Amino acid sequence: MYGGVIYARILDDLIPNWWEEAPVQRWVTRRATMVMTPTQSLSLDYRTQAWGKPPYNGATAYRSEFDAWLASKASDAGATVVCETTAVGLRRADDGTVSGIRTDRPDGDISSRLVVACDGVNSFLAKEAGLYPELDPGNYTLGAKEVLALPAETIDQRFGLSPGEGVDFEILGCTGDVPGGGFLYTNSDTVSVGVVLSLPGLAQSKSRPEQLIRSLKEHPTISPLVEGGELVEYSAHLIPEGGYDMVPQLYGNGILVAGDAAALCLAAGIWLEGVNFAIASGSIAGQVAVEALGSGDTSARGLATYRKRLEKNFVLADHKKLRNAPHLLLSERVQTRYPQLMCNLVEGLFTVTNPTPKSGAIALTRREAKRAGVRIGQLLRDSVSAIRTFG
Amino acid sequence: MTVEVSFEDRMETVEFRVSPDPHIVVDGDSCRGCTTKECVTACPANLFVPTADGGILFNYEQCFECGTCYMVCNTKGAITWHYPEGGHGVVFLRS
Repeated sequence: MYGGVIYARILDDLIPNWWEEAPVQRWVTRRATMVMTPTQSLSLDYRTQAWGKPPYNGATAYRSEFDAWLASKASDAGATVVCETTAVGLRRADDGTVSGIRTDRPDGDISSRLVVACDGVNSFLAKEAGLYPELDPGNYTLGAKEVLALPAETIDQRFGLSPGEGVDFEILGCTGDVPGGGFLYTNSDTVSVGVVLSLPGLAQSKSRPEQLIRSLKEHPTISPLVEGGELVEYSAHLIPEGGYDMVPQLYGNGILVAGDAAALCLAAGIWLEGVNFAIASGSIAGQVAVEALGSGDTSARGLATYRKRLEKNFVLADHKKLRNAPHLLLSERVQTRYPQLMCNLVEGLFTVTNPTPKSGAIALTRREAKRAGVRIGQLLRDSVSAIRTFG
Repeated sequence: MTVEVSFEDRMETVEFRVSPDPHIVVDGDSCRGCTTKECVTACPANLFVPTADGGILFNYEQCFECGTCYMVCNTKGAITWHYPEGGHGVVFLRS
């Protein structure tokens, strides 16, 4: 399960012309970032025809189909895909080196000189290998999502799309008393709508996840878009949102970690990516594994090149560059005060108050900052911080 | 506006291949001493129900396997969590 857009250009080298065969729902040609209050919304809404033709930019997909397709590619390349089997733990040599996995099949242990742990956000294998420090729930969010069925033509009309084109909205200020965000994106004949919630915030709140999705669906901006949609699947999943500072030790003696298991999910406000980070880290782990097995050195020292390669690649470079973004985005000012301030500011700009003359933008900003409880000095400091974070 | 379905109907939209062996074990004694019970509000599948005697009634059958419960739990050892045995558990088809 995931909640957004698959940016699959990372597949260009692995599967030439992948877009001709990948099981995609819609190609995203319209991307909007929205801030909202209970009665207002403000969007930066961009669309381009360039994203609707090869090599495309992003796509929506059902992971049940997309992942099965990727697995078939691995199988075609000679991998043995063993489904319906849970990896329950690590096998270890006497010196502690990882020497395979234990599964829950009868006689199902598998010995291996190298294990690449891709067992998701809860990665019990990486934890067992001692690669994670103590668990901090503050580094995680819960994504909860509804998939609502609507006819494809209705989706096209409501979102202003041509057949096959899709939209992705990312939303701030829609999660009540819980720090987080919301999303809405289109599939062929369904729309996915949901919320992403800080775990400590959710734990302290009295709001339940499905109630917060309901509030988002009832927002005057969102309601007409999802009206009449029949719930066909409800789902939830944890997201490792802590960014660069929560990335664990990525390798040990006989083990590498990739994807969500390595917390490689980018949640940086205007950028929300994960599947591409999983594919890229998995691919690089595969290359490192081949080389390490070839040279006969699968010790931590022999595998250290894995992190170096991720640092040179977008996988850790993007995380490093945006390392402060998760904390900034979940701050109280960004979550509630700034959406209110931005909406009020634009409302002030566009409300015609004749016969009262128009306020200047600076006077308006001062007035609305005061009303939203934001000091101008703080606003400037946060602006500088945002430029440093995203610039 | 979309028609809000009952929580029961909401969970009916999800396919579960239920294992006979629970993959989550809740220690009722630990829960009775817990006053905050974060799991009750946070679990997206609403699997944790407080009981009159201060404990927790729990079922594992409709678990999304997200891990929220053990992450938010403040009582060490109250929730023991692992993935269901192979071939069992939640099946997401359109997510």
